[in-house]
Amino acid sequence: MLRKLITFLTIYLCFILQCSVFNHISLGGIVPNILIIITASFGFMRGQNTGMAVGLVAGLFIDIFFGSPFGFMVLIYTIIGYLNGFFKNIFYPEDIKLPMILITVSELVYCILYYIFKFLLRGRLNIGYYFVHIMLPEIVYTIIITLPLYLIIVWINEHLEAYERRNS
Amino acid sequence: MARNRRRKNKIEIPSKYILLIISIICIIMMIISYTADIFSGPLKAISSYTVVPFQRGIETAGSWLFNRTEDIKHLNELTVKVEELQSQVDELTIKNNKLMQDKYELSELRQLFKLSENYEEYDTIGARIIGKDTGNWFQTFLIDKGSNDGISVDMNVMAGSGLVGIVTEVGPNWATVNSIINDDANVSGMIQSTSDTLIVEGSLELMNKGIIKFSQLEDTEDVVKVGDQIVTSYISNKYLPGISIGYVTEINLDSNNLTKSGYLTPVVDFKHLSTVLVVTELKQQKE
Repeated sequence: MLRKLITFLTIYLCFILQCSVFNHISLGGIVPNILIIITASFGFMRGQNTGMAVGLVAGLFIDIFFGSPFGFMVLIYTIIGYLNGFFKNIFYPEDIKLPMILITVSELVYCILYYIFKFLLRGRLNIGYYFVHIMLPEIVYTIIITLPLYLIIVWINEHLEAYERRNS
Repeated sequence: MARNRRRKNKIEIPSKYILLIISIICIIMMIISYTADIFSGPLKAISSYTVVPFQRGIETAGSWLFNRTEDIKHLNELTVKVEELQSQVDELTIKNNKLMQDKYELSELRQLFKLSENYEEYDTIGARIIGKDTGNWFQTFLIDKGSNDGISVDMNVMAGSGLVGIVTEVGPNWATVNSIINDDANVSGMIQSTSDTLIVEGSLELMNKGIIKFSQLEDTEDVVKVGDQIVTSYISNKYLPGISIGYVTEINLDSNNLTKSGYLTPVVDFKHLSTVLVVTELKQQKE
């Protein structure tokens, strides 16, 4: 129960930060996507079900406020959380390479899916421009933010695990 | 014991089936949300009491900090600017007096002709921007006024004298604004001096350059030139007429030799918006 509450609060806090404070630290109009970071991290730390649940809540937050077809973001984030869950067995908190690679790939998948459904289908074919000016800066900025944020998430997770061990 | 067994059973549902169920629900919701907005209603109500107050607080604190650092940076520039502006104010006061005289004359003449005023003042309420779309693809804003304050979907949003966008979603104490520079935004506009209509299309590629594209301008007599003002037109069913959009910066003849297209610079500085004005008047009601 405590785990669920804290996980929910993390997503909630990240969403609020994402659409308010982060706009002030944007570089060249690009903001990092921390909701992808937490969705992916919970996916490979806790498995597919948690990944999906986190993705669902994060997507729901976005869809309530900004979603144009309601459910689109929920779907993308849920799939990303689920796919990251496959890597739970080869994940070790000490090794930062795998999380970095997974978050980068997740971010790339998110950007490409978003581009296909929101831009390509409306006939915006200039993928090169979007890749260089939107996707690439977003991915790079997200990776930079991943370094501190990932450590915080791992720290929260370890404390929760220790708490659960003490109680069981 | 029974509880434990139930918990075990719950875990045994393979996650791929859960994903499948969620995906199907999402797709159904997406299809339905194109026609009716039934799912997000209660969620919007809940979110307006859980998310929006915090967002407002954090945004206030964040923008305060940001503004302080900006203030220090710009202090020197400002003192120079103040002097510059003061002289401009004097100049404009004189101009304004002259224009006021013209205006009285105009209204008198209008009364004589029994014409209703073309550009009446719209009733507006101010709102603060408390959030922005989470991604980098669209410029969608969250404002801190909602249906409790009389805002409804399709109301026009302005900043200063220029058009910002249109309200697309409304909660009890928040609303989202889709700006005109968004890739999926199209506004029907016209050249103010000649009343030639055109279509203003937002584009992500041009968003960073601070310009917007316009097209389908019929100008057979070549009177439209760079610097002309573009305002919202009469033929739109959502945008009220006469709201300033921007100024023509480039104009080219299309390959069909009939219409013209080009670029305009918006009046509104979309990168530094903090407060907006919502026009509490709907085009449909007006008609």
